[in-house]
Amino acid sequence: MLNTDVAIAREIRREIVKATAAAKSGHPGGSLSLAEVMTVLYFEEMSLDPMNPQYPERDRFVMSKGHATPALYATLALRGFFPVEELKTFRQINSRLQGHPDMKHIPGVDFSTGSLGQGLSGALGMALAARLDHSPRRVYAIIGDGECQEGQIWEAAMAAAHYKLDNLTVILDYNNLQICGEICDVMNIEPIAEKFKAFGWHVVELDGHDFTQIREAICVAKSTKGQPTLLLAHTIKGKGVSFMENKAEWHGSAPNADQLAQALAELTEKEESSHE
Amino acid sequence: MSKMIATRDAYKEALVALGEQNPKVVVLDADLAKSTMTIAFAQRFPERFFSIGIAEANMTGIAAGLAASGKIPFASTFAIFATGRAYEQIRNSIGYPHLNVKIAATHAGITVGEDGASHQSIEDMGLMRGIPGMTVICPADAVETTAAVHAIAAYEGPVYLRMGRSAVPVIMPEDYQMQWGKARCMKSGEQVSLITTGMMTAVALEAADILAEAGISAEVLHVPFIKPLDEEAILATARKTGAVVTAEEHSIINGLGSAVAEVLSEKAPTPLVRVGIQDTFGESGKPAQLLEKYGLTAKDVVEAAKKVIAKK
Repeated sequence: MLNTDVAIAREIRREIVKATAAAKSGHPGGSLSLAEVMTVLYFEEMSLDPMNPQYPERDRFVMSKGHATPALYATLALRGFFPVEELKTFRQINSRLQGHPDMKHIPGVDFSTGSLGQGLSGALGMALAARLDHSPRRVYAIIGDGECQEGQIWEAAMAAAHYKLDNLTVILDYNNLQICGEICDVMNIEPIAEKFKAFGWHVVELDGHDFTQIREAICVAKSTKGQPTLLLAHTIKGKGVSFMENKAEWHGSAPNADQLAQALAELTEKEESSHE
Repeated sequence: MSKMIATRDAYKEALVALGEQNPKVVVLDADLAKSTMTIAFAQRFPERFFSIGIAEANMTGIAAGLAASGKIPFASTFAIFATGRAYEQIRNSIGYPHLNVKIAATHAGITVGEDGASHQSIEDMGLMRGIPGMTVICPADAVETTAAVHAIAAYEGPVYLRMGRSAVPVIMPEDYQMQWGKARCMKSGEQVSLITTGMMTAVALEAADILAEAGISAEVLHVPFIKPLDEEAILATARKTGAVVTAEEHSIINGLGSAVAEVLSEKAPTPLVRVGIQDTFGESGKPAQLLEKYGLTAKDVVEAAKKVIAKK
């Protein structure tokens, strides 16, 4: 039952592992790390209408780390944008649930991403458009930690501060792992908070799995004037599935049938309550 | 002698006029507004102009986001950076979602001149026409550029508009109407077809006059739309004359010459000679000197015509 934030996040995680298992491909690790953030954005914070996904005054969301489609699609389906049943077609021929987000065909997807570093610029364009329209709509984007190695992220970071885009909130999913290993070994992004601050952003650090901290951080972002806000969300890659947690190899590989069964067994109400 | 106007100067005026008519039009530039001439729009509509700095990839993505929110963005910089630096941003953030962004680039081709090969974009039409759903327009003169600016704003979808730095002759009538996706017969002839785009159409008209003096009747077909290509007009003129010369201020690889060769070899094999940059980089020099050195003059078109007629 999706009556609590914990239950919603758990259901998102269940759909993430089921969809990647059905596809026999996809990116579970960096999707599982996002379940709490997606829950707050889509079930509490953002103004949206699953029955009318294109309504102009909705808030906008860009999954700049586009490989986290399992998290995005699971959330959209559970929120009612399309049938949960459809998640079984993820990454398969003739499905609209493409490996990376396709705004032309998937209800609720506001921007096509997949090539890292590009989505944040799109979010800036949406924030500028909202300002031009004198609209209160807000723009949310999730970027990856590895994605911060892309130069375009810093072009966008510079421009967002230059244009004082306080209607833009960016969540950095800092799980500290990318496909080839630890961020600091592949290409160190630290000190990342100081970098964004130096670029003119308001930076809020938080535990990306703590609902209270997520809500408070978004609240702070909304009340911040004259600069964009970065929510530096410390997360665990693979969160919620013991054998996936903090393992780079689960960046881009899917669970087999046995692993799926184990993951789903862990992602049960009972297991969840023992954590609480 | 025709009036000489750079297509980028026509862009300047047309963009301001468009801005007056359509509040959805917004303009982005990457620190070249004084060269691309978007500066006039910036001064007239400061709230709808976005200076992005020297960051073409970001400009392309921001334009995509503006389009996703219902604006009609014109993103301008030099052709080499617009299509080269930001190629994959155009491909994935604009082309794939078929967003309504107009990539309006100036300083295309070798007539950039003194800046040299690093700034002379000779591959841009090839890069853009390979993207599914992209429209590619290379106007011949100021009049056609003005028409194109209004036509692409009225069209829903991504467009690459290719303009030049240097003044070129005005060859279109004042009442010119752009027909979407259509080529335009500039001169009727019987023995050879000169199929051209951009500034090379004026050069080909000059070549046709020289050929006429030598008793050779040449048809000149101007192709502003590299994509969608007017295959019907190209096939008709090729079938009529049985010999084709293409001419473009672009590499002979992947541009108009390639596009025409693709159509002809599949549907009406016809002797063909391509005038253009012969798979080489340019260099610094005055535009006229470069056109001469790299084989883009009326004399070169005349020679190509004679060569292709001999192949019939």
